Amino acid sequence: MTEPIRLKTPLSDQDVEKLNIGDRVLISGIIYTGRDAAHKRLFDLLKEAKNLPFNIQGQIIYYVGPTPAKPGQVFGSAGPTTSYRMDAYSPTLIERGLKGMIGKGMRSDAVKEAMKKYKAVYFAATGGAGALLAKRVKKAEVVAYEDLGPEAIRKLEVEDLPVIVVNDVRGNDLYVEGMRKYQKG
Amino acid sequence: MREVHVRAITDKVRALCMEANTDLGEDVLQAFDRAIAKEESPLGVEILKELKENARIAKEERVAICQDTGFAVIFLELGQDVHLVGGDLKEAVFEGVREGYRDGYLRKSICHPFTRANTGDNTPAIIHTEVVPGDEVKITVAPKGGGSENMSRVVMLTPSDGVEGIKRFVVQRVKESGSNPCPPTIVGVGIGGTFEQAALLAKKSLLRPLGSKNPDSDLDQLEAEILDEINKLGIGPQGLGGRTTSLAVHIFMIPCHIASFPLAVNIQCHAQRHKEAVI
Repeated sequence: MTEPIRLKTPLSDQDVEKLNIGDRVLISGIIYTGRDAAHKRLFDLLKEAKNLPFNIQGQIIYYVGPTPAKPGQVFGSAGPTTSYRMDAYSPTLIERGLKGMIGKGMRSDAVKEAMKKYKAVYFAATGGAGALLAKRVKKAEVVAYEDLGPEAIRKLEVEDLPVIVVNDVRGNDLYVEGMRKYQKG
Repeated sequence: MREVHVRAITDKVRALCMEANTDLGEDVLQAFDRAIAKEESPLGVEILKELKENARIAKEERVAICQDTGFAVIFLELGQDVHLVGGDLKEAVFEGVREGYRDGYLRKSICHPFTRANTGDNTPAIIHTEVVPGDEVKITVAPKGGGSENMSRVVMLTPSDGVEGIKRFVVQRVKESGSNPCPPTIVGVGIGGTFEQAALLAKKSLLRPLGSKNPDSDLDQLEAEILDEINKLGIGPQGLGGRTTSLAVHIFMIPCHIASFPLAVNIQCHAQRHKEAVI
């Protein structure tokens, strides 16, 4: 296996253009968490032409609802949740400058199109590796929607968060290509 | 009659909720090793190693293996010579779940189906009680994640579909599930009984240790054949391509009605969590 690529957030067009499906990437810097309910709220704000609770330019959203942190722990177990539930909202966020999404599972054609058009990528983190991923979170604070509990938007400072590029800016999809490569009969 | 205080049941359920969510079974870890040895995709091997490392961290630091700490599914085998005292059995189990999920820093994932308002304490739990001979109480806690449960199905096949119909449906279900249930998965199959019983058989089959043989040699053979077909799909670890789409297929079968051929497929993610205790 080749060595993973190191990426620092926020991401530029050039950062995402050099990524290809199957690349292992270690992300460091600030990322934001958000899943079902938070996405709906962000989407509604944009619909009403209001400002988002954080600047989305060049940012990455991680689809995660962590366990509560234990005393002494920075962040609870934090593996990705299934991404298709965010598909209805993602194209709008990508259009507004979102550069990366971390989750698991296939995205819709509309999301893939938006990634091509506005240059964004979709990463998979290993589903179920919650304990391992939590250790890469160095700081965590709620920045919006505290009432949503595990679904609140949190600003995370991560160090070497391990992810894999699934959809690149050229429209390739590792879920399709990977399966095709190893299919038998 | 042996008297058992329901508080003993609460205490055990509490401990088992925490243990199941932090300590992955040795049988699962061994299945990861067997998969690593056979996996052709370099990325797939990396993912399987990551899962082993994750399990090590979770056990050492007593933190949840996966953030989806699941619906608390509880199997009770209640000896017919046991007299429960001190309160309501169902409430005692729920209290164990409340305490376990609170004290273990586990995620509360249960909500109202329409409003989606969280119940706040991971109750209600799902309890399956069976009265058995003897004077013991056996408790199994099997937390079940939502992602893999969503990919599960019950179907009423027609008798003429036969064994081929079973194979076709199970393999197709795994194929359509793709990366969503967090492969490598364990595929629980329930055959026979009624509509609701088939689903319960499929869930119960997941409690069998990985790597163990089905006591029915015909079913053991069928499990191997279906697993072989599944692992030709190429879905692989996390759906990113590879040989290891499922670690095992487990079948539980009982007789069915002459007009029916019920089949249930309960998909389980690689975080195959269950712990048991006897009082």
